[in-house]
This record gives sequence, structure tokens and C-alpha cells, in this order.
Amino acid sequence: MDQKKIKSQKTAIISNERVAKGHFVMRLESQEIASGACPGQFVTVKAGRDATDPLLRIPLGIHKIGQKDFSLLYKVVGRGTRTLSRFVKDESVDVLGPLGNGFPLEGGPVPGKSKVVIVSGGHGVAPLFALAEYLRETRPQTKIKFLMGACTAEEVLCVKELEEMGISVGIATDDGTRGCRGFVTGLMEEEIKEKPARIFACGPRAMLAEVARIAEREKISASVSLDAYMACGIGACLGCALKTEEGYKLVCKDGPVFEAGEVLWKEAVQARQSCGCE
Amino acid sequence: MDLKVKIGNTEFKNPVWVASGTFGSGKEFEGLTELREIGAVVTKTITLEKREGNRPQRIVETASGLLNSIGLENKGLDHFIEKTYPEAERTGADIIVSIAGSSCDEFLECAEKLSEKVRPKGIELNLSCPNVAHRDTKHKLISQDPVSTENIVKRTRRTTETLLIAKLTPNVTDITEIARAAEAGGADAVALVNTYMGMAVDAFSAKPVLGNVFGGLSGPAIKPLALKSVWDVYNSINIPIIGIGGIMTGEDVAEFILCGADAVQTGTVNLVDPSSHGRILKEFREFLNRKGASSPIELKGKLAAGL
Repeated sequence: MDQKKIKSQKTAIISNERVAKGHFVMRLESQEIASGACPGQFVTVKAGRDATDPLLRIPLGIHKIGQKDFSLLYKVVGRGTRTLSRFVKDESVDVLGPLGNGFPLEGGPVPGKSKVVIVSGGHGVAPLFALAEYLRETRPQTKIKFLMGACTAEEVLCVKELEEMGISVGIATDDGTRGCRGFVTGLMEEEIKEKPARIFACGPRAMLAEVARIAEREKISASVSLDAYMACGIGACLGCALKTEEGYKLVCKDGPVFEAGEVLWKEAVQARQSCGCE
Repeated sequence: MDLKVKIGNTEFKNPVWVASGTFGSGKEFEGLTELREIGAVVTKTITLEKREGNRPQRIVETASGLLNSIGLENKGLDHFIEKTYPEAERTGADIIVSIAGSSCDEFLECAEKLSEKVRPKGIELNLSCPNVAHRDTKHKLISQDPVSTENIVKRTRRTTETLLIAKLTPNVTDITEIARAAEAGGADAVALVNTYMGMAVDAFSAKPVLGNVFGGLSGPAIKPLALKSVWDVYNSINIPIIGIGGIMTGEDVAEFILCGADAVQTGTVNLVDPSSHGRILKEFREFLNRKGASSPIELKGKLAAGL
């Protein structure tokens, strides 16, 4: 995380549209934040400037990075995201970011001609879209397979846009209403028979734990992006601790992207389950 | 306008400080707020030995509040003295170091080494963290016990000349009794309040939300409770009070000072808006202007109660 690039600013809303059942994309104008952001980083948004309820900022992975703007894809899950969904064009929200460390891209984890597998669960597609777009632009020879898991067809997001970029997409839904019926990790098992240079994943912790288990078994490097309840987003409050092999790390400052092998998954999944999020 | 305030023999540039645990060592906020304009940065509580902290989930938002059970995660005194403090000092901020211990001796050792090696502007004794256990009192928190409170303050007082602030819990029957004990022990000031113990429950999974089951509540939800504690204590002791609890605006600062505080600490608001300090200080300055006051002290304890 480059602290010097973090901006705290009021940003204008270019659009805030419903893109699927319960899912919205908010496009925000900020050259400073957009130009400093890398795929996998996040911002925190204050919905309702002087409101004390909801109180905390909402952490959201950056979904698209433009020249002078960026977008956030979010699902309405609670009071904060519900409030956010009601904002309209030309209103503004307070944004802090870019925060955290993005996906490892520099220095060779993804060589030009290799293959990568991207695995998303639900709205975990948000930061992975920015990654796919970046890889497509900077590594035209890399084969990208984007595997997407969702509860149901209505919640399958971004497929058309990805396919228009020439990225092959595989879909799995829990109820079988689109793509294969079952978990996206099942699709991943098939896909990695042709070994990728790296797996990138974002989604519910239980899904990420399964990605990590398979990746370790197959000896494939995997980067996973985790979410967490978070207050400050800058490493001050120590609220978003995640148990790793080296002790607690912070999702906001040390993450949100971690190497799959360093996370203690049993603890990570349990911490999230006890709050009824997953 | 002169915003300077004096606590004990120590002068501070203004009465708006930032509370321990909500501001890291200050360095985390570099570039986001003007650290040199903060009355004092009270650093995240340190203990003699490294502490891993509580198991996640550690925070959850409640109605206009934040419930936390961080559990005093910190890298220990030596790391603080060698690495964290010098970094914090380089930001140009005035620093008060918050310390805690699981026994009286640990407080003493921390205070002694800090005064000797880094000479902070002040030391805040965290007698009130709701998330750790203590050996020298049958109570859950030191500052639930007037005898332990007085004892730790008195013994720490003997080890250091540095400004000494006792931070108290509101989770007591009568906070004035504890404040008087801190005063009797020789504290230069008391800081109140620390968080209120609370719980959040997930009805669907029938589980507590926090990994530690309970935590400490902070934020605007507790401001009325904190104001009453400050007012009650102001009417019971003669040493300065640092008011804490849900401050979000300059007007909130004024409310605490009217209730008898000499200075305040902002906490949860730093997590909501990392650049809030500058705004709050500006609002407070404007408030004084509007009231025709030339210094914060003119407001102190001026609550027109019972008139």
C-alpha cells in the first residue's frame, strides 16, 4: 500500500445503476484515485456524509479503473449498501482510497504467454473484472479463463463485457439456472487440468478456502482477495485481523489480496460464519 | 484566538486530541490530516510484552456506534521504543503514550522505560480496556476498583515526572469514586470515558457477532452517557478532565468542555473520516468565535445547570 497515493475526497457520482437483482454499479469521477489504483485495491465509501447511522465507511473493491473515473460493483447486503444504492447521478460521496495491495502482477507472476484462471463467487467478480481487463490490455497473449459462480442466473454478472474483451467465461450456479449446476470450484478442477501460471480468486471465504485447498494439492500459485468487517481501512484500528501462518495480518493494509497458502482457512471461515455473513 | 490548554504542568497547542486505539501511532494518518495541528496523539495502547489480540471477528457496527474487541494487539514495549515511537515522533505530532498491563508491575516498567528512553509528552494509563484480564484486582477492569486504581496511579507517579493521565471505564456504579481514587493517587488528569461493554448478536446463526463474545461500544451512540460521566466527575474532583465519547463535531467538543472537560479526545470519528481532526478543530474554533470566547477555558464547566 502506497500511503502517499491515498486520497480522502468528495467524489461526484457519474452514475449509480442497478445491474442485476440487488446489485449496483456506481461510477465515480476522480482522476487522482483512478490514476493511483491497481487491480485488487479497494476504496471505502461514506454513504450519507453527516449521517451517524450507518456510521462506518463501506469497503468496496475497485471494479473498473478508467482514466478519470472508476467504478464500484456492490451488492445490497445491509444498511450501508442500501443507503449507497439510493444515491443518484450528480450527488457525491466521500471516498478514501486507493487502499490495500492489489493482485501481484509485476515482476513475473504472470508471464506473457501463460494461462491464468480467474475464479469469482457472487459479487467477488468486482475486483476480478479490473484484473481481467488489465491482463487483457497488458498481456494480449495470456490465455484468460474466467470462471464465475453465483447463486442463480439473475446474479451472474459482467459475462457479456468479458466475452466482448475476448475472455472465455465459465459459469456455475447453485440452482443450475445458468451454466453448470454446482460450485465454481468444480469448474476450476476441470479447468486447471491444463495447468495455469496462477489462479486469482475472490468470493465467499468458504469458496476461497476450497480454491486454496485445490491449488495447494495441484501446486499452483493462487492469489485470493478477502473481505472483512473493517473500520479505518488504513491499518490503524486493527479491526480486520486475519489469522495467517505469520500471525494476524490486516485485510486492509496487508491485503486484501493474500497468497492462498498463507491464510489459516479454518479460522478465516469460522470468523466470518459466526457473524452470519456466509 | 488562543487555543492552548494546560494539563498539569504541560501545555498543549489545543484541546482537541485523538484517542488511543483509533489513530495507530499517527503515522497511518500522515497525508490525510495535519498531524502537527492535533493537540496530542494518544498512541495505540502498548503492553510490556507483545500481545496477539483477540480472535476475529473484532468489530461490528451497531446503531450509531462501533463495537470492538481488538484485545490490545500490539508489538510490545521494546518494539514501540525502538521503532514505533521514533516514527511517530518524525511526523511532528505531540505524543502521549497509552500503556496497559496485566499487573501493576507491568505498568511501572512501561512508564519507567518510556520516561527514560523516549520522553513522551504524557503517559496515559489505560486502566479500562474491556478486552483484557488483570491480575491485581478481583474486578474485570482495574478502574472498576478504587483501591487498585489509586495504587497503580500512586506507584506509577513515583516512577515518572511525565504528565500522567488515568483513563477510566464507565462500566461502574459510580465513576466519581474511581476518579477521586485516581486524583488521590496523584494523577495529573483523568480521561473518560473508555468504551461501554456491549454485545451484538446474530439471531440467524444464534451466535455472538464478535469472536470474543463481547466488546466495547464507542461512537455517537455513547455521547450522552459520556457527557454525564464528565459532568458528574467535574463536580467531584479538582484535577483536569479529558472528555471522550462519540465526538463528531466542533459543537460536540464544546459540549464536553461545558460539562467540565479541559480537553477532549476524538475516537471513532477518526475511523469514519481520517481527516476529521482538521474539520472538528475548525468547527470548534468557529464555535468559540461565535460565542465571543477567546479561549476554550472560558467555556469550562459553564453548563447552566440548575439555574
